Amino acid sequence: MSGFLSGTAGRLTGRRLVGALAICAGVTAVIAALAPLVGVVADRAGWHLAVMDPGAAAVGSPDHAVLWVRIPRVAASLVVGAALAGAGCALQALLHNPLAEPFTLGISSGASLAAVLAIRLGIEGAFGTAGIGGAALIGAAGTLLVVWRLARIGKHLPPATLVLAGVTMSMFCSSASMLIQSTSDFTDMSHMMLWMIGGMETVRLVTVGYAALPIGLGLTVLVVYARELNALAAGTDVAASLGVAVGRTQSVIFGTASLLVGAAIAVCGPIGFIGLVVPHALRMLLGPDHRLLLPASMLGGAAVLTLCDTLARTVVPLHHLPTGAVTAVLGVPCFVAILVGQKQRAVLWGHG
Amino acid sequence: MAWLELSDVAITLGARDVVGGVSAEVGEGELIVLVGPNGAGKTTLVRAIAGLVAPRTGTIRVLGHDPLRAPRRVIARELAYLPQRYELAFPFAVEEVVLLGRYAQQRGLGLASDEDLAAARRAMAACDVAHLAARRFDELSGGEARRVIVAQALCQGARCLLLDEPTAGLDPAHARAIFAMLRAQCDAGAAAIVVTHDLDLALRHGGSMWLVAGGRLVARGSPAQVLATAETRAAFDLPIHVGTLPSGEPFAVPA
Repeated sequence: MSGFLSGTAGRLTGRRLVGALAICAGVTAVIAALAPLVGVVADRAGWHLAVMDPGAAAVGSPDHAVLWVRIPRVAASLVVGAALAGAGCALQALLHNPLAEPFTLGISSGASLAAVLAIRLGIEGAFGTAGIGGAALIGAAGTLLVVWRLARIGKHLPPATLVLAGVTMSMFCSSASMLIQSTSDFTDMSHMMLWMIGGMETVRLVTVGYAALPIGLGLTVLVVYARELNALAAGTDVAASLGVAVGRTQSVIFGTASLLVGAAIAVCGPIGFIGLVVPHALRMLLGPDHRLLLPASMLGGAAVLTLCDTLARTVVPLHHLPTGAVTAVLGVPCFVAILVGQKQRAVLWGHG
Repeated sequence: MAWLELSDVAITLGARDVVGGVSAEVGEGELIVLVGPNGAGKTTLVRAIAGLVAPRTGTIRVLGHDPLRAPRRVIARELAYLPQRYELAFPFAVEEVVLLGRYAQQRGLGLASDEDLAAARRAMAACDVAHLAARRFDELSGGEARRVIVAQALCQGARCLLLDEPTAGLDPAHARAIFAMLRAQCDAGAAAIVVTHDLDLALRHGGSMWLVAGGRLVARGSPAQVLATAETRAAFDLPIHVGTLPSGEPFAVPA
């Protein structure tokens, strides 16, 4: 197994690719299968954690209804986790920036601003919860276009201008969201707050179904461009000399990653740190080759978000913690641990 | 047919005219050493040949292709370019870095074929980095890293090589070995333009020398001839002494 998972195993072979992905897929499948069975139940002993019998899947079983309350959350966690970690991994490679993640580029703030605006304008009354998700997607796409236009020089998207444009847009959108919140009434304001923390509580299976198709397509596009991301690690001049159509690759990856983030946010609001921590951790374990790292990050993101969401609904009985807050609270210490170790930092990013 | 053709090429970066009126040709088997003082426009000129900078006027052809308009993959199969500066964002192993050179030859997932591996092994042996294959690129010394990326450019399998200071940071023995290797590549049918500040190596290994100063190609000819010209003395603000060692080999030093 160490041969499959060692970050210094060198050249990627078909055997290592298949072996490592099989391990990642196996771990994710086990977590996905167990997560809906775990939950807090009440009996004579009071509230406590219990694992349901897999027989609950049978229609007519007393636990059947409970299981079907949990399944949409697990499905949403899998799809959203894969989208966020895949997009984060691709953006780190595209921008040569260890801190790049879906949130650096303003996409998330843009989506939040649109959602806050939708709540303020009472869109939910007219279109239901899907209206807010739809608004978030439109906000993500709009921000993507603005950042792309701002950052573009000729045919290229230089990483430094892209990060600068993204951070600028992110600050603008966050401030605008705050202005809207501060002038809203209490009900709207608490609704906005809840949405901006991000969570799976209100996710319906049909929403996950709608999001799964574009997210699946987007993830496929990123994997197709894995080799280009490897070449871009040596900079745009070298990548172009090696034969990469740099301008097109940058635009496709940036656009795809942004729309993945938009779709994920439309499902459950902004969920932080999955896109940052999961690719970093897997790069240490598996090495930097994106042909393996990208699909492994997607599987890893799905597994980690499902774990976090399961914790969110079981750690405090009767209180469902917001998933976005749990990922951040668990993710920040992980990330600090990564940053603090100078030695580990060298492993992650080349230079210490 | 000339493999590389430049006709009346002028390049402007921002508001500054960096290269002007350059016309030249490079054919099969030629090893051109491109010399000139700092800021003369050498790097800009080779970047333009690689299709990374658009000339303001004039035309450039790489085996008949316009390097700016032809698909990058087509250019990459004909021309390998080694930039002056090279930074790798991720800790790839040396063998992986060299195999990146095979991008234009690969399809699909691009897992290394036997042919790719053979090309990488030959390139690593030619640059004396075969023993570093499993090492991490970011842990190499400056000179070792430089040799690895020369190997990456060789591994590309292109007929034209465009190398911007391939021997910068190399110890004398390795610098000489790289030039001898390039000479052998050209004797075997490749063509190369090599930017260098090492006039001694340029004299010993160069087929012909181009002197660039103030963005213009001010002298061309055999290295010994060019180094002896008044243009060379003016460009470097130093006379260059060309002599012969007791062994009969030529050498060049700033006098």
